[in-house]
Formats: sequence, C-alpha cells, structure tokens
Amino acid sequence: MSIWEYANPKKFMQTSGRLLPWATGLAAAALLVGLIWGFFLTPDDYRQGSTVKIIFLHVPAALMAINAWLMMLVCSLIWLIRRHHVSALAAKAAAPIGLTMTVIALVTGAIWGQPMWGTWWAWDPRLTSFLILFLFYLGYIALWSAIEDPDTAADLTSVLCMVGSVFALLSRYAVNFWNQGLHQGASLSMDRKENVSDVFWLPLLVCIAGFVLLFVALVLLRTRTEIRARRLAALLARERMA
Amino acid sequence: MIALLLRDLRLAIRAGGGFGLGLAFFLLVAVLVPLGVGPEPALLARIAPGILWVGALLACLLSLDRIFALDREDGSLDLLATSPIPMEGVVAVKALAHWLVTGLPLALAAPGLAVMLQLPGGHGWLAISLALGTPALSMIGTFGAALTVGLKRGGLLLSLLVLPLYVPTLIFGAEVARRGVTGMELGTPLALLAAITGGAVALLPFAAALAVRINLR
Repeated sequence: MSIWEYANPKKFMQTSGRLLPWATGLAAAALLVGLIWGFFLTPDDYRQGSTVKIIFLHVPAALMAINAWLMMLVCSLIWLIRRHHVSALAAKAAAPIGLTMTVIALVTGAIWGQPMWGTWWAWDPRLTSFLILFLFYLGYIALWSAIEDPDTAADLTSVLCMVGSVFALLSRYAVNFWNQGLHQGASLSMDRKENVSDVFWLPLLVCIAGFVLLFVALVLLRTRTEIRARRLAALLARERMA
Repeated sequence: MIALLLRDLRLAIRAGGGFGLGLAFFLLVAVLVPLGVGPEPALLARIAPGILWVGALLACLLSLDRIFALDREDGSLDLLATSPIPMEGVVAVKALAHWLVTGLPLALAAPGLAVMLQLPGGHGWLAISLALGTPALSMIGTFGAALTVGLKRGGLLLSLLVLPLYVPTLIFGAEVARRGVTGMELGTPLALLAAITGGAVALLPFAAALAVRINLR
C-alpha cells in the first residue's frame, strides 16, 4: 500500500467518492460553526469595532490562496517526474479555486481597509504580491485552456508553475524592498507572544480548518469532474473510431 | 551557434519589423507621456525613470511573439531541433538576438529620451540599469514565447504569462535608475538586478528548451 496507488484513476475515484461527502459535510460544519461563532459570539475590537470580524474570511482565504499554489506546484512536480494523470488534473482543478480564494482575500481586504486605513487599495507589499499572485493564477488557467492536447497542456502548465513559483517568491521579496507596508505583520505565528487575542483566535482556527476542508472537497469534486470528462472524451473518440 | 545568431540578427534587421518596432514604441511612450501628464519639469523628472523602464518593458513585450513564431511557421524550428546544437543553446541564442535588437538599442537610446523628459542627472545609471536588466526581460520573454509556440494567436496569452514574471526585474531596475537620479546609494538594487539577470540567463534556457521540446512533440 503506497500513496502512488491513488495515481490509478479508478482507485482515486473509489476513494475520493467515499471521502467527498465527509469532506463536504465537515467543511460545511466547520464553516458554519466558525463563521457564526466569529460573527455573532465574539466581542467588538476596542479600536476596530465590528470590522475586525472580516478576519474570519480574510485570513483563511489568503492562507488557502497561497496553499493552493503550493499544492499545484507539488502536483506539477509529480506530473513531470512520474506522469500520473490524476496529479496533473488535480493541479488543473485547484487553479480556479486558488484564484477565487485570492479574489476573496483581495476583496475582503479592500472592504476591511476602507474603514481602517481610509483607502480601498494601497500599494502595500502584501497587497501587491497578492495582485501578482492573481495574475499568475490567470496566466496558468489561460494556458491550460489555450492548449488543446491535454498532455502538452499539462506539461507546459507544470513548467510554468515551477518557473512561476520562483518568480512569485522573488516578487514577494522585491515588493518588500520597493515599498513599506500598511498591512500588519504576521499575527498567527506559533513562536510569537503577541498573537491575535484568544477570543478571536479560536473561532479563527475553526474557520481556517473550514476553509482547508472546503478546499479539499472542491479539489476532489473538480478532479472527479475532470476525470469523468476525460473518460467521456475517450469514449466519444472510441465511438467515432468504430 | 554564431551562424544562428547572425541569421536571426539579419532576419530581424532586414524583414523590417523587429528591429525598429521596439525602439519606435519606446520613443512613442517618451513623447506621449509628457503630452498626457503635462510639461512641468519637476513632475516629469520625478516619473521619468519609471516611465522609461515601463516603456522599455512594453517595447520588449511587443516583439516577443516573433522569437519563435516565424521559425515555427516555415519549419526551421523543426530543423533547429534536429540540428547538433542542443535546444538550450538555440533558446539562449534566440534570447541573445532578441536582446541585441531590442534591449541594447533601448538602453542606448534611453539617455537621449531622459533628456527629453527633463531628467536632471543619472543618465549613465539609467542606461546601465537598462543594459543590465533587459537581458533578463529578453530571457523571460523567450521562455514565455517557448510556452506559446504551438498556439496560433498566442499574443495576448503571452503578455499575460510574461507580465507577472517581469515584476522583480522592473522593480529593481527602476529602483536603480531612480536612485541614480537622486544620487542615493544604489549598490543593493544594482546587485539584485544583476542577480536576477544572471539567474534568468543561467537557468531559464533549460525551462524554455523543455517547453519548446514539449511543443514540438
């Protein structure tokens, strides 16, 4: 029993079919609990008032926007090295979800920034690097949809994902150099004393878990769709041959 | 490889496109911006390094799809793939040729345009930053062009792919030029710009060659 067994589409379909309802249910439960707890059962911040509650959407979405790209990078590497089709399809399936997460993070950030900073948008390093990440997602998705042959598309997008990751990291540090930020620093690290206070911290954790589960459920669902689409295409091709 | 370089240069100069296009576009940007933002010398001097860098970047972007498209159409790309030169070398030569016909003229023309834009000083640093940064632009662009070789109309997609990759180069390049004008210490951005160019030139040929091979498969 090794992890590569799931590279077999049939095995993947079986397992993911069994996992999917659980992931979906747990994601819904965690999001429901986390968001209700966060929005209605936490006190207002003494300086930010009730706008602080945007954190329960903003932070998990931003986290998943980056993690989705990381997942695509790992899948691309697996595809390039071992050529498992499920891996390439999972990377393809994750991209639009990552894009959506990036947009959610940018939009909630703007809505939060307007009352707090007095502006919808600032050319702050974090904001700017998310905008660049948004462009990377767009380019990746556009390349997938532009190329007809699925294997060529998978190869080229994998190469783009690897090169893009290097440049995304470079951009992240370049924009730091370029402008000082308005955005606050990390407030969730494990090794620091000053984190978000516990009142917000616990529901935030639940929300993050909810977003992770939501991501897993959506990726499984979309990958299954991709595999079924691939099978359908193969069946149609066979019918045309006969 | 030298024969290939000479061939590419000759094609670019004679076919009446690649060579003048980037330079003309660059000139156009430098002329249109003052007309758009107004003729105040102080304002122009402040934005000139950024304008010239963005102009150079867009001028590079303009001629990228020519790098492989023509060779792909007439089949010479297939011949190059079967030739004894490794594809990495072909890609590197293509990038070098692109730089010689766009990046280098831009860097040489930049000080003249900077005078038009009322830049008080630092023309040398502007030219140096462009000369040092445009090879990275050409190399990254060649990678983008390699990804889109197989597409009929890849122009828009190519810009979308390449634009985010250009961000670090633009930031450091424009920073060098800006600091050169104001006379600030510019060692750090200059070193980082050189590092990006060096890294791109060293590593991207492999990625670009891989992309070309996939597209020719």
